[in-house]
Amino acid sequence: MSEPLLVYYSSESLNTLRFVDKLGFRSLRIPISPKSPELKVDEEFILICPTFAAHDGRGAVPKQVIKFLNDSQHRDLLKGVIANGNRNFGEYFGYAGTVIAKKCNVPLLYKFELMGTSEDIENVRRGVCSFWRTFNKKNTHDVCYA
Amino acid sequence: MITNLQTVPNTNSYMNYVKAINWNRLNDDKDLEVWNRLTSNFWLPEKVPLSNDVQSWAILTGEEQRLTIRVFTGLTLLDTIQNFVGSTALMVDASTPHEEAVISNISFMEAVHARSYSSIFSTLCSTRDVDDAYLWSEENEFLQKKSALILERYNGKDPLRKKVASVFLESFLFYSGFYLPMYWSSRGRLTNTADLIRLIIRDEAVHGYYIGYKFQKAYAQLTPLEQIDIKNFAMNLMMDLYDNEIKYTESLYDGVGLTEDVKKFLHYNANKALMNLGFEALFPPEICDVSPAILSSLSPNSDENHDFFSGSGSSYVIGTSEETEDEDWSF
Repeated sequence: MSEPLLVYYSSESLNTLRFVDKLGFRSLRIPISPKSPELKVDEEFILICPTFAAHDGRGAVPKQVIKFLNDSQHRDLLKGVIANGNRNFGEYFGYAGTVIAKKCNVPLLYKFELMGTSEDIENVRRGVCSFWRTFNKKNTHDVCYA
Repeated sequence: MITNLQTVPNTNSYMNYVKAINWNRLNDDKDLEVWNRLTSNFWLPEKVPLSNDVQSWAILTGEEQRLTIRVFTGLTLLDTIQNFVGSTALMVDASTPHEEAVISNISFMEAVHARSYSSIFSTLCSTRDVDDAYLWSEENEFLQKKSALILERYNGKDPLRKKVASVFLESFLFYSGFYLPMYWSSRGRLTNTADLIRLIIRDEAVHGYYIGYKFQKAYAQLTPLEQIDIKNFAMNLMMDLYDNEIKYTESLYDGVGLTEDVKKFLHYNANKALMNLGFEALFPPEICDVSPAILSSLSPNSDENHDFFSGSGSSYVIGTSEETEDEDWSF
C-alpha cells in the first residue's frame, strides 16, 4: 500500500528503463507513442525523467512527460523528481529535473548519467526509501528493507 | 560507395533510380530527434574569443605549453579519423536514409572540431612548436596504436564492430585529451579555449549516444550466441584501448604529475562509453572518483546539489503547483 511508486519515461535508448528495472520498486512507464493509451496515476509517486536539452536548455523535458504533468492530479501526486542525462551537457546536465522541480514545486532528488552506475542504484534505492518515509508514515514496504 | 540510396538496377542505362529522402516519413523517430539536437547545437570556432587566452598562454611553462599542443594534436588526429574514415565506414551500414543524413552531420562536425584545434594553435602558439607537435603525433607509438586499433575495425566488414569502435573513440579515447583543458580551466587558465572544448565535448556526447543507440537496436536482433560474441569483442577492444590509453596518459602527464587524476577520468568515461552501448559500467566507483574541480569544470554554472538524498541539498518547501499547459514549458 505504501510501497514507493516510480513513474518514468524512457525513450528507445532504454537508459531510464534499465535504471528503473535495477531499482526494483513498483513502476509505471509513460508511453512513448501518442497513440498508446495515456497513463493515468492515482497515488503518490516519484518521477524519473531523462533530459534532451538543446544548448540553451530548451526542450529538456520530453513532450510525453509534459503531457502527463499537464494533468493537475498528476502534479498533486508528484512528490519528487529524479533526472538523468549526461554531464557533457555542462550546466544542462539533467536539466529536465530542474525544470520539473521548479514547475511543480517538488524537490529534485537526484541526478545520474545515462543508465546509472551501481553506486547510483544504491544511492537512489536508499534515498527513495527514506524520502518515502518522510511523507508516508505508514508501513513502508519490505522492498525498502531488502 | 553504396549507401542507403536504394538503387533499382536498370540495364538500359548507366543510371539507377534513387529515392529522395522524406523527413516526413520516419522509420526511426530517434533520427529526427538527434538531427534536431545536432543542428541546434551547431557552432564554429570563430564564435569563441580564443585571443583572450593569449596572456594566459604566456603564463604556462614551456613544458606545459608543449603538453597542451601535443594533447590538442592528438585530439585533432582522432577527429580526422572520424571525419575521413569513421563516418564513411558507418554510413554504408545506415539502416535508414535519415541515419545517413545524421551521420553526414556528425562527419561535418568532426571536421569542425579538427579545424578548431588549428584555430587554437594559430591564436596561441608559434608555428614551429605546432609543427614539432604534428611530427610528434606521427611518431608517438601510443597515439599511432590507438589509431590503428580503431582503423582496423573501421576497415572491417562488420557493422556492429564498427559501431563499437566509433563509440569507444567518441566516448572514451578523447578524454585523455579533454582532461587537460578542463584542468587548466579549473585553475583559471585558458578559459576561452575550455569554452570551445566544452562545445566539442557536448557534440561527442550526442555522437556516442546516437551510434550507441543504433548499435543497441542491431544488437537486440542478434541471437544470444552472437550477442555474447559481440560483447566479448567489445570488452576485449575496450581493454586493449585502455591498456594503450594508460601508457599514452603516462607518457604525456607524468611530467606534470597529473597521471593518476587523468586515469580516474578515463575510468569514468570508459564506463559511459560502455553504457552508450547498453552494457554495464566496468570500472568500480572507487577508481572513477574524478576530482570535483574537473567535474565542475565540465559543468560550470551548475551550482546545485545533485544529491538531495545525501542530506546536503538545500531544503525545498513543498507547496502548491502551478497550472501548466504545453506552451508554458520551454520547448
